[in-house]
Amino acid sequence: MSRSRRRQKLPWQIVLIAAIAAAFFLAPFVGLMWRTPWSKFADIVRRQEIRDALWLSIKTSLMTAIICCIFGVPLAWLLARVEFPGRRFIRALTTLSMVLPPVVGGIALLFTFGRRGLIGQYLDSWFGIRIPFTTTAVVMAQCFVAMPFLVLTVEAALRQLDSRFEGAARTLGGTRWYVFRRVTLPSIRPSLFAGIVLAWARALGEFGATITFAGNLPGTTQTMPLATYAALDSNPESALILSLVMIAIAFTILIALRDRWLGRTEQGLSL
Amino acid sequence: MFGRRAFAVVLAPIAFFTACTSESDTRETTTLDVYAASSLATPFAYAGLAYEKAHPGVRIQFNFGASSDLARFVEEGAPADVFAPADLTNMDKIESKDLLDSSPVIFATNYLEIIVEKGNPLNISSLQDLENLDLVFVTTSPDVPIGKYTAEVLTKAGVSITPDSLESNVKGIMLKVASGEADAAIVYHSEVIASDGQVEGVEIPAEFNIVATYPIGIIKNSANKKQAQGFVDFLLSTAGQTLLTQYGFGLP
Repeated sequence: MSRSRRRQKLPWQIVLIAAIAAAFFLAPFVGLMWRTPWSKFADIVRRQEIRDALWLSIKTSLMTAIICCIFGVPLAWLLARVEFPGRRFIRALTTLSMVLPPVVGGIALLFTFGRRGLIGQYLDSWFGIRIPFTTTAVVMAQCFVAMPFLVLTVEAALRQLDSRFEGAARTLGGTRWYVFRRVTLPSIRPSLFAGIVLAWARALGEFGATITFAGNLPGTTQTMPLATYAALDSNPESALILSLVMIAIAFTILIALRDRWLGRTEQGLSL
Repeated sequence: MFGRRAFAVVLAPIAFFTACTSESDTRETTTLDVYAASSLATPFAYAGLAYEKAHPGVRIQFNFGASSDLARFVEEGAPADVFAPADLTNMDKIESKDLLDSSPVIFATNYLEIIVEKGNPLNISSLQDLENLDLVFVTTSPDVPIGKYTAEVLTKAGVSITPDSLESNVKGIMLKVASGEADAAIVYHSEVIASDGQVEGVEIPAEFNIVATYPIGIIKNSANKKQAQGFVDFLLSTAGQTLLTQYGFGLP
């Protein structure tokens, strides 16, 4: 069915506009590559501070993806399935950190978990824990901006899911936890992966909240986007190469995952 | 947070709208784009207002940022008329690419101060006190003028510190110290004045201090060289220099 629809002739106006849109996304990448000093690529990528930033980015963004999954799925489930007072408010709150400028999110985190912050002052005086300027702060900043992507994707899938399957499993004697694990989760698997990948990708590119809340120190809090920005001043050529490395990583993984998990789904998931 | 600066930033657009409504019927508005170091934000916003008042039909649009960012914008052909970085290095970058109309002029100076949280809880009184290992110290990368000057001062005093963060500009440093996340940093004296008591300044003895010089230049491709020169002349005039000293800058 979908094949015959794909072969249908589209009005040329739409094709033209779509082509402009695609070109608009493509042109900046071409622009970037056009200015890239390819001969220095190997030298720059091999530098210690670049490898540190790359490793830190990979480590923190994966950690963020895992944390988002652990906390985001239950939240999505709650929002999709349970009527409770303040549900709209919580959902609006989840969306808010998506539309908020990340720098504002960073300042909010600073005033909450910073050394003089709402919660941070007690962490410091009771336990001697200081979050800003640590790798933990990087992960927290990333979670703050990335989790909504997972929550909203998974929530949408849970809403569309026919709850009769779960009902049937329950009547057959499955415990709530068993049904959630063996019926609910497998049914939303494509959306769950889409949500994880979106959250991970958002975390990988996070800049504003990170630099505001976690600061910028090579090896500890300087992720790839921060290293790229710092390099713009000292060495614009390495900034270009860093950008390309980030693009290559994100693009490869997005494409790989799309084919692996999302390629054959019929529901046309948003990725 | 930064009272006076915020006030000036709010005032500038209001002045613009009033200027537009009164002038747009009778004559064309000339817009002057001034790219200036963030440390100049407060006095420049006021200087802009004063200049606009004295020259009806001229509107000044400011782009404040890290000098190195601004230099890059100018190199890439951003429509700047006037360029005022916080150091000579970034001006040289522009001058060496032959992007200036004439040689730059020095119009202000600044010196450095240690800043600490309000009330100075750690009793920091000298550069040597910064060597304490538990102390959270922030600065910028040495490519931003303040980071380079900070390194110079520390070297002169024989103090070695590993910073906890390299912020992207002076504003980032001010936020971290004012919010109490960082214990200390080194910034321009003018920033301490502009912070309106959000942070406390601790003097650095002259033997270790540096003099930061602020050059200003007119961009070669400017379409409004006459007004650009007018604004530069205003900054060098008695009125302009008074305004700059009021916000903690020194005279050339």
